[in-house]
Amino acid sequence: MVLEKALPEQTHARYWRKPLDIDSQKIPRGKVHIIDVRCKECGFCIEFCPKDVLEKSDKYNRKGYNVVRVVKGREDMCVACKHCEDICPEFALWIEEVKG
Amino acid sequence: MSAPFVDKLEGLEDVHPADKWLRTDMLPHIWCPGCGLGIVLNAYIKAAEKAQIPREKRVVVSGIGCSGRAAGYLNQDSYHTTHGRSIAFATGIKIARPDLNVAVISGDGDLFAIGGNHFIHAARRNMDIKVICVNNFNYGMTGGQGGPTTPIGAKTTTTPYGGFEHPFNLPWLAATCGAVYVARWTTLDSRRLRDSIAEALTKKGFAFVEVISPCPIGFGRPNKIGSGLDEMKMYMDKWDLKPPNWITQEGSNPREADITLGKPIVVGKFVDIDKPTFLDLYWKILPHKEETPLNDVEKKQVAGAKA
Repeated sequence: MVLEKALPEQTHARYWRKPLDIDSQKIPRGKVHIIDVRCKECGFCIEFCPKDVLEKSDKYNRKGYNVVRVVKGREDMCVACKHCEDICPEFALWIEEVKG
Repeated sequence: MSAPFVDKLEGLEDVHPADKWLRTDMLPHIWCPGCGLGIVLNAYIKAAEKAQIPREKRVVVSGIGCSGRAAGYLNQDSYHTTHGRSIAFATGIKIARPDLNVAVISGDGDLFAIGGNHFIHAARRNMDIKVICVNNFNYGMTGGQGGPTTPIGAKTTTTPYGGFEHPFNLPWLAATCGAVYVARWTTLDSRRLRDSIAEALTKKGFAFVEVISPCPIGFGRPNKIGSGLDEMKMYMDKWDLKPPNWITQEGSNPREADITLGKPIVVGKFVDIDKPTFLDLYWKILPHKEETPLNDVEKKQVAGAKA
């Protein structure tokens, strides 16, 4: 997605001047995959997501934890930084990079 | 030697990228919610992938404690050894099979309390093993007792009025003992931790990476920090046992990296030097008889040491 065409909220862009290579730069997009049974509600991914894509749901898994879910309406906000994937101690979520 | 494992799980494409390195039937693991051990294990898996170490060359040795489970969860060659002896076992593996990449994932209690001597002598010899120490400032599995890394003033079950012993400064200990690579990170710096472990895995010689990890039950609860998440937030901001100091200094002096409550934790890479390893010197200095048949690995070692 080219920056100029993207919605202001999607880019969170606050430039003091327009970058010279703005036309050639693409924001990467990611799709969040969550394995419900592994989640232990530690909240690391929710807290440290730079785009606030994740939240706690009211759904319980079989161990009795409220599993994490993607915020409705923010599915396209993930920029595939994969910090949540690295920081999840439970191997419960990963990011698939969306091409194009 | 053919690897008995499959590198891609057939029919299960939609799985976590780390799953092919894990015994997924053992998951979810037993570690507490908010514990940092999973992050370290994840970092090791990704680091080994980044360092391009094949499965048949990887070995993980772990000792006793919560971190001892790390070896069990990995779907690769791994050893769960006796208390404090993980480095001794790793040394044995490395001498018997110098072609293997031997990593030790263990806790501060295992490596520095009961296994302290093994650590300093492996570092002195410059054994080609990589030690990842998960530091949570207490003995988590046995009920949160104070250990050799508990900071002065921190409460544990055996120091209810606050710790009164000087704790170890692990990077300085490793650096003075002769480690060629010394780094410290917190579990929050997941990416730098992964890159650092990858660097350590490819480094020749004794590499030491300390990871400051949250322990919500053993350390967070008695010190009124809160959950593992609050402890993680603390790394981001101020280390004074109140959720909202943390500092990154590349190449700083490990002598000044001691952990004191109320002062920022110094993280970063402290030491990165080159030194001949134990096996290099062994094959260079020891006279070996020409009639003794050497295997292929040993021949390579001799050639490498003479060059």
